[in-house]
Amino acid sequence: MAASGNNEVFAPWKDRDAVPLIRIDQITKRFGDFTAIDNVSLDIYPQEFFALLGPSGCGKTTLMRMLAGFETPSEGRITIDGVDMASVPPNKRAVNMMFQSYALFPHLSVWDNIAFGLRRDSQDKDQVAARVEEMLKLVQLSQFARRKPHQISGGQRQRVALARSLAKAPKLLLLDEPLGALDKKLRQETQFELMDIQEKTGTTFVIVTHDQEEAMTVASRVAVMNNGQLVQVETPEVIYEQPSSVYVADFIGDVNLIEGSVAALGEGAELAWAEGRASLIGQLGAALSKGQSATFAIRPEKIAISSDEPLDRRNRVRGKILDIGYLGNLSTYHVELPEGPVVKCEVGNRSRIERRDFTWEDEVWLSWSDTAGLVLAR
Amino acid sequence: MRRLSTFNIVSLTLGFAFLYIPMVILVVYSFNESKLVTVWAGFSTKWYGELLQNEAMIDAAWVTVKVAFFSSTIATVLGTMAAYVIVRRGRFFGRTLFSGMIYAPLVMPEVITGLSLLLLFIAIGLDRGVLTIVLAHTTFSMCYVSVVVSSRLVSFDDSLEEAALDLGASPFEAFRLVTLPIIAPAVISGWLLAFTLSLDDLVIASFAAGPSATTLPIKIFSSVRLGVSPEINALSTIIIAIVTVGVLTASIVSKRQITQRLKEEAQAD
Ligand SMILES: Nc1ncnc2c1ncn2[C@@H]1O[C@H](COP(=O)(O)OP(=O)(O)OP(=O)(O)O)[C@@H](O)[C@H]1O
Ligand SMILES: [Mg+2]
Repeated sequence: MAASGNNEVFAPWKDRDAVPLIRIDQITKRFGDFTAIDNVSLDIYPQEFFALLGPSGCGKTTLMRMLAGFETPSEGRITIDGVDMASVPPNKRAVNMMFQSYALFPHLSVWDNIAFGLRRDSQDKDQVAARVEEMLKLVQLSQFARRKPHQISGGQRQRVALARSLAKAPKLLLLDEPLGALDKKLRQETQFELMDIQEKTGTTFVIVTHDQEEAMTVASRVAVMNNGQLVQVETPEVIYEQPSSVYVADFIGDVNLIEGSVAALGEGAELAWAEGRASLIGQLGAALSKGQSATFAIRPEKIAISSDEPLDRRNRVRGKILDIGYLGNLSTYHVELPEGPVVKCEVGNRSRIERRDFTWEDEVWLSWSDTAGLVLAR
Repeated sequence: MRRLSTFNIVSLTLGFAFLYIPMVILVVYSFNESKLVTVWAGFSTKWYGELLQNEAMIDAAWVTVKVAFFSSTIATVLGTMAAYVIVRRGRFFGRTLFSGMIYAPLVMPEVITGLSLLLLFIAIGLDRGVLTIVLAHTTFSMCYVSVVVSSRLVSFDDSLEEAALDLGASPFEAFRLVTLPIIAPAVISGWLLAFTLSLDDLVIASFAAGPSATTLPIKIFSSVRLGVSPEINALSTIIIAIVTVGVLTASIVSKRQITQRLKEEAQAD
């Protein structure tokens, strides 16, 4: 996570005086009559690690390409570091991009690929060589320096592309799915490397990822996109704990969704969900009025499972275990309620005995606290 | 490898016989002792010796090579530029018309191309000689180069050039350092094609050539009208040898290019 030195929390987006590095002002991008980016406005601050998340085809790459200068917005304005980018060609922007397709130069060796950008700045030879070696070491490819891109593996190519874009230490680095082809261990190492580089160089990162865990680990803020629009832009914690819509809740992590209508509004909200059952109580996640249809969202790990009725909790439901999944560090139970919905609940396996408590077809109680769930507009 | 059926073997043999028997006869008779083309009088290389003494012939050969070299080089530069603009610079006003016009000379009868060039040279008062032949050959071979190069550019990955720009290269540097080295095999085979086309050409050259310079094909054609001499056979044999080497080189280069492209495509996956 981006740190700002002392113990202060890094949150320039909350600071009215902070000057954004990138200002995206009501950008729309159309390809023919297809709208790929639909009136997006967004400020990204210096030293942020900004993650773009969204389903395939929602416009993440297109947004990046406009920042890099390969596409011109149909409408709106992009300012980087106070300069309007409308007439600045890609080679004059202090922005480097790592392409989703890597775009490695096939006729150049790994070494020359990484050196390409450095040589354009007419740095002296030793300086270039030193920097390339440094980058090779960073991505652990020193022994492949003389190979051509087609002589190395997919994951290695991805690392070359990463090293090439990092080499010039740009002010803004755009990474389009930089770690997709890496195995979990290398991926985590590289994530930490990225965060490390970020702290050392103060580079601002915009990263596209399909992996929400990655977004959660590295990002200072996350933007969730859908159909060319921003659905929510917030810190990972807020996105996870207080998604603004069912779409975001469903996109980030596992969630149980129970349909119903708003029964009462007070400090929280109550949702009537089944005839003759007590309402579910949760936090109000969106502006709602009484009687409106809404969805109750609750994360599986916030649900407790027990064989006796937990009388101390107001949110409790009874059902039958349909399925048990053992995932090593935790177990998941799929519990079918007689009212219809199947609720998923996750329990950590601290001891061996814990996960043996229940078996298929057992009648169990599920319960959660009043603040664990969210009532969202549908 | 599949075995060929009898039918296939027969058709293959007939086809190749049809293509190559005339040339084989020509090559064989170039080593004939006798002055009579149709009577075999024993092996000799004397006609090759006499050919070397024939200055007019040597001059014509030299002009032909010069013309082929310069016209194919200019045609390669222009043809590559045209292909690049048409394929890579997206849609611009008049693109379809422009690309259609580039390829038109491919189907235009050579006599018409030659005649129009002749009229042009006369109109602007250009004396016919080496320069006019070079210009004429550049004109018609340029479209062949641009066909070869644009077929390669179509499958060229745009993002490579974008990556070069992104790393700070100017558009020209991006072309020189990334695009050109990658499409080089196509450019080279385009050059070889233009070179051989120019070597062969009789029709257009005879419109563009003047008293000060003739090319070998014109020379041969005019001397054959006075009767076939074994000297011409010897010359033709040499030309066949050169063309064979050229064609082999071109096909090896383009084969390499295909393998290279397959590798790149495998990399893209
Ligand atoms: N040059 C183009 N011409 C026409 N449509 C395009 C073009 N580039 C992108 N699109 C369309 O715009 C939409 C957004 O594309 P984009 O590449 O930004 O998606 P993405 O979010 O990066 O998806 P993925 O996660 O699969 O990479 C897609 O529907 C795509 O088909
Ligand atoms: Mg993409």
